Amino acid sequence: MSGPHLDADHELRIAKAQRLLRDAAGGMHSRAFVNVGDVIPVDHEAGYLRGHGTQPVKEELLATVCGVVERVNKLVSVRPLRARYNAETGDVVVGRVTEVGGNRWKVDVNSRKDAELLLAAVNLPGGIQRRRTAIDELNMRDLYVENDLISAEVQSLHQDGSLHLHTRSLKYGKLRNGQLVRVAPYLIKRLKQHFHQLKDLGVDLILGCNGFIWISAASPGNKDNLPGSVATSASAVVGESPLQFEVRERICRLANSVRVLGALGLLISPDSIMQTYEASLLWEVPVKDMLSADFYVKLAEKEAEQRMKR
Amino acid sequence: MTTEYVSPEGLRLDGRRPHEMRHMHAVVGVVPSADGSALFHMGNTKVMAVVYGPHEVSNRTHQLHDRALVRCEYSMATFSTGERRRRGKTDRRSTELSLVIGQTMEAAIMTHLLPRTQIDIYVQVLQADGGTRAACINAASIALADAGIPMRDLVVSCAAGYLNSTPLLDLNYQEDSGGGPDLVVGYFPKLEKLSLLQMDSKVPIETFEKVLELATEGAKAVATFMREKLLENTKTLASARGHLKL
Repeated sequence: MSGPHLDADHELRIAKAQRLLRDAAGGMHSRAFVNVGDVIPVDHEAGYLRGHGTQPVKEELLATVCGVVERVNKLVSVRPLRARYNAETGDVVVGRVTEVGGNRWKVDVNSRKDAELLLAAVNLPGGIQRRRTAIDELNMRDLYVENDLISAEVQSLHQDGSLHLHTRSLKYGKLRNGQLVRVAPYLIKRLKQHFHQLKDLGVDLILGCNGFIWISAASPGNKDNLPGSVATSASAVVGESPLQFEVRERICRLANSVRVLGALGLLISPDSIMQTYEASLLWEVPVKDMLSADFYVKLAEKEAEQRMKR
Repeated sequence: MTTEYVSPEGLRLDGRRPHEMRHMHAVVGVVPSADGSALFHMGNTKVMAVVYGPHEVSNRTHQLHDRALVRCEYSMATFSTGERRRRGKTDRRSTELSLVIGQTMEAAIMTHLLPRTQIDIYVQVLQADGGTRAACINAASIALADAGIPMRDLVVSCAAGYLNSTPLLDLNYQEDSGGGPDLVVGYFPKLEKLSLLQMDSKVPIETFEKVLELATEGAKAVATFMREKLLENTKTLASARGHLKL
């Protein structure tokens, strides 16, 4: 965990808050943590299945990463905490296009390899259903170009660790009018819903399972019956008025809330983001001071207090 | 006149006993934008290691289809030594050290699990007071563990030397410049195997064995310290996040 630079007083307070958090978590899982090279206790007689993050050495099972031991029936695996994004089919991700070529885009999704988005896996403008032709391949840059931010869904995973994405829904596609915040992927829990509309704030939120979080102004035409409109690079920002100051400020405040939560290593969910947002308003912290040591420590203390109550 | 490295009372120049290590200090996760990072102090020697990856190979011609590509870059900060001097990353010493550290880390990483990817390790010496090689390996090891990269075992490293007919553990800069043999080991504490052994002088075999044993013992002590730090870090991360089930 790395936050702002702390002075001695803040150092003490954060240490205390972290101790409280640890107490709140309880000693229930002290045995569940392993280091690289630690022996994982297994039942040799009943047998076991070796999962990720383990290796057999001389009749013993050793961990190959630092993390939490997980047991599902006979399967024993170790899940590292701070690691790159481990994709699962159906995950909503936010990514940045790194390459356009052939009939696919390459997208950086903070995974071990860049993800692939095939031309056949996107909706064509106008929502027409047909085979992709050579003309479509030539016009790929009208859809997404390098450095575009997109939201997508993981379609399939492959043996060698590569993954395919798709954007075959109106909710996926190019992102604009907002801010991207990157956090560690383990802080984001897989939920039913990863697209959120913070109605009273006029802000949309996408929590990518890969730790990329997109915060943007609510899209104006957010009616459900838009006839197959797909945001494209060519049609971008045509006749769009600049965002209002209040909206931009709210986006920044939310983005900074996410940053602080990420720095503290707290779970990131719409609830926790809103709580942080409201706390910052309650304590009258200006947006620019939200990344200061003071807010960082106060938030840690607030969280510790809450957890102790539970 | 020759310098007395061990006084008749059995104390070294900085007041340590011959088998005593310097004070260790480690901080895990110091660079937020990196996948893994660590700060490692060994007495006055201070080193920072940063790990990026595994990620897409940046130069496709270097891509390896059956394992990960491990790149390592060693550099010394301008202000790291007594005399302020701009140091390149391409001088002989840095190139050699980059290679040595890179190879030691690659031996530990389970590269076959990460085919067609690349892992970048950057180590920088912030303050040099002898034993930078060992400190760099230790820092890189913590940073790799922080990045969640699968490893056969932690690699730990320690230096030892031989001066005034006494084996000395963990030489500082003064002792390092004493001209005696200087031995560095990279050690897998759980597997009890050596992954690095470096010494650039001629020494009788009996002496060598004594020094090697001392360095290995030192490495084990480093391992105990590193494990403790990493476990503490894992617990802090997990308890802050709450819900164990990911």
